[in-house]
Amino acid sequence: MTMKSSTRQVDGVTVVDLSGRITLGEGSVVLRDTVRDLISKGDKRILLNLGDVTYIDSSGIGELVSAFTTVRNQGGELKLLKLTKKVHDLLQITKLYTVFDVRDDEAQAISSFKK
Amino acid sequence: MKIAGNRVSYTLDSTLESVNRAEQTAEGMAAKAGFSEDDRHRIAMAVREAAVNAVLHGNAYDPSKKVRVSFENTGEALVITIADEGPGLCEEDVPNPLAPENLLKQSGRGIFLIRSFMDEVQFRTLAPGTEIRLIKLVPGNSGAHTEEAK
Repeated sequence: MTMKSSTRQVDGVTVVDLSGRITLGEGSVVLRDTVRDLISKGDKRILLNLGDVTYIDSSGIGELVSAFTTVRNQGGELKLLKLTKKVHDLLQITKLYTVFDVRDDEAQAISSFKK
Repeated sequence: MKIAGNRVSYTLDSTLESVNRAEQTAEGMAAKAGFSEDDRHRIAMAVREAAVNAVLHGNAYDPSKKVRVSFENTGEALVITIADEGPGLCEEDVPNPLAPENLLKQSGRGIFLIRSFMDEVQFRTLAPGTEIRLIKLVPGNSGAHTEEAK
């Protein structure tokens, strides 16, 4: 299953709903292009909804890290929403779970962004 | 594809399709060997990471270079070897991705994940290339193969 991405605005936060696999090749490229597009439009408050992401490989993890640092370097915030167990475990063993701001509830995640 | 007993081997092009094929074969072999869903995922991911290293870092997508992959269920363990024809890999030179200075780097986590997910990982330098051997003990047979491999 290839990755799909769609964006929506909620209270000034761009929620990116991702589904499928974030792996080397198509999935990683979709994520990279999506975040670049948002930044170029000035959207710097980004919530990546990973609830329907079934699989991430090391390339996908790298893209998440890259997106995080890119947004942060622009003075913005990028947070993660609804990790599956597999993605959660992967972020735990790579010690990235504490680097990202990870949320389970969308409304709480939205309200946690700086105004 | 060659099948001999419990051993399956392929010679693959240096493409992402080959990575996907190796991953899918690993998933199937792991299921046949009786691994849990979590372990099947870990094995398939380790194989994917090793295949990506072979295709991307080893052979650098060179169409003249091949990746050789074999899967064997010895009864005690699932043993997977992946070999490329690249310039070679010095495992000791791979930075620790958990070190604070590397934590936010975009790449460099593949071998760490492979080691995390498999029971044993061995590297062998070829001429040219690198072979990585991944071993996962079959449930209920832990111990015997590890001793032998050491």
